[in-house]
Amino acid sequence: MTAPSAAEPLVEIRDLHVAFPQFEGTVHAVRGVSLHLAPGESLGIVGESGSGKSVSCMAVMRLLRSPPAQISADRLALEGIDVMAAGKDDLTRLRGRAAAMIFQDPMTAFDPVFTIGQQIAETLRLHREMGRRAARDEALNLLRRVEIRNPEAVLESYPHQLSGGMLQRAMIAMALSCHPRVLFADEPTTALDVTVQAQILQLIKDLQAELGMGLIMVTHDMGVVAETVDRVVVMYGGQVMEQAGVIDIFERPAHPYTRALLASIPGQEGGRRRLTEIPGGSPDPSDPPGGCPFHPRCPEADARCAAEAPPLLTGADGRQTACWRVTP
Amino acid sequence: MSAPAAAPALELRGIAKTYMLREGGTLRRRHRPLQAVRPTDLVLERNGILGLVGESGSGKTTTGMMALRLVNPSGGRILLEGDDITDLGVTALKPYRRRMQVVFQDSYSALDPMFTLQQIVAEPLVIHGIGDARSRAARALEWLERVGLHRSYGSRYPHELSGGQRQRVAIARALILEPAVLVADEPTSALDVSVKAQIINLLQDLQADMDLSILFISHDLSVVRSLCDRVAVMFNGRIVEEAEAETIFTGARHPYTRALLDAIPVLDPRRRRTRIFRDRDAIEAEGLTLAAGALSEPAEPSDEPALVAVAPRHRVEAVVTP
Repeated sequence: MTAPSAAEPLVEIRDLHVAFPQFEGTVHAVRGVSLHLAPGESLGIVGESGSGKSVSCMAVMRLLRSPPAQISADRLALEGIDVMAAGKDDLTRLRGRAAAMIFQDPMTAFDPVFTIGQQIAETLRLHREMGRRAARDEALNLLRRVEIRNPEAVLESYPHQLSGGMLQRAMIAMALSCHPRVLFADEPTTALDVTVQAQILQLIKDLQAELGMGLIMVTHDMGVVAETVDRVVVMYGGQVMEQAGVIDIFERPAHPYTRALLASIPGQEGGRRRLTEIPGGSPDPSDPPGGCPFHPRCPEADARCAAEAPPLLTGADGRQTACWRVTP
Repeated sequence: MSAPAAAPALELRGIAKTYMLREGGTLRRRHRPLQAVRPTDLVLERNGILGLVGESGSGKTTTGMMALRLVNPSGGRILLEGDDITDLGVTALKPYRRRMQVVFQDSYSALDPMFTLQQIVAEPLVIHGIGDARSRAARALEWLERVGLHRSYGSRYPHELSGGQRQRVAIARALILEPAVLVADEPTSALDVSVKAQIINLLQDLQADMDLSILFISHDLSVVRSLCDRVAVMFNGRIVEEAEAETIFTGARHPYTRALLDAIPVLDPRRRRTRIFRDRDAIEAEGLTLAAGALSEPAEPSDEPALVAVAPRHRVEAVVTP
């Protein structure tokens, strides 16, 4: 691997399409997504279930088994290296050192028959070629780093012996073990209790600032976005609807979907009240609507929105929107 | 039911649940009691929506299941519209079951995959022997429409539905008997944001139309704020604070309620802050201490924490000093 130049994005996705052929018909999970992440930057990918946000990240990490997944893209790169062309050894190196990923359910990410210590040490020995002793010491350091108070005990514990929050900390420790330049966090707090959720978000923010890591936070929760990232990509129906700085997204949302999504969040005002709802449901990924994927639910849609998909246009301020009704 | 009109829809008096945990191997088996719910009083007023809030292990779901008599309490009484149903057997309980229904978080596992939606919604009528086949079918279709699904959905099966649609079916089935009380256990937690708002609105509309009382069990304070009239906060198996919803959100007194509120992500990127966290043990140890003079209703000073009134209709757990 050559050293990446400063200008090169850590993560680059251009016109990504991912489809899963199934018996009942092909599921089009991602339909032309482009996004990028600069070194040290934090990006939120926000969307509802089926929006394609997780699959996009899995594709760039090459974590989708293909076949069955059909992946095509103009460019799919980590640290400037084309992951579509990369061999198995290159991918293993990239996954540890360039990019690491944490998931919603830490219980399924750990092997139940090995201790936390054995699993973190295995990563260190594989990616950083450490000896047994050194790997154990480093595992202890990592557990301390994610603010686990009794790292010795956790090292000897099996996954089922730890709480969800503790396990998520251990998974973050494992993800950090090879000093990745970008951390993909896929709904890392969704399965956790409210107070633990806030602690894990704080931990991820602190580590990102401290290590100068890039962060891609995949979430359905606008609150998580508001708390953690600099820039936001809003996805719907396998496509990018809007991309802008986090303050713009919350204070001047441009795309009708972003506006509707923000308006529908409960608890923003005091007192019992009816909420602004988005009528209908998410599009069927095996039979996506023609035109803009949001048009069947959009209050502003007209004939053109149903007939023709709006392109993702970039405005002078770098903001992107895919909507016929919005001039960037 | 013959209860006086003044009786609340649902009342729990000193309700408690202790589980015996088995420990050790076959030879050295021991039993250790775990107090999932300590003696708790809770009142669901008629036509009210009461939010029962807490984190996992707080005892909120066990409390709801005891109210429904789906879990038998270790102590205390359950009063449904003034009638004590604590000790009723299966047969005696059946008429009361009509008055009290439930919706769960995971409606997929609650809907029989072999039944059409019409059959699913009509099933409670069959169980309680109400009407004939024709009138049941007609009412089931009416209810599908009432929860926002077209009549044509009657011939569909649960797997054909999205999560939000399944939750609508679960609500229709729960309400077709026109119960007085609905226990809703995290009914919106598995739903997407845009669909969550639809279900919250549906519950509000149905509650108003039917004079329904809802016990809404949730960990999601934002949903509770938009939906509930009153809120009870559970922590380690007991209620630590109870008040009108807005009082909880603007004038919470107990350190655990405050910690819970502080953990809600703020929807304003300009107001990011570094948070300082205290774990639950520290909050439990800290508790709240109030002088007897600061209470709105007199209470005896004691070293043991107890629920005391700090304002009308606002109770908080505190140690009362003279």
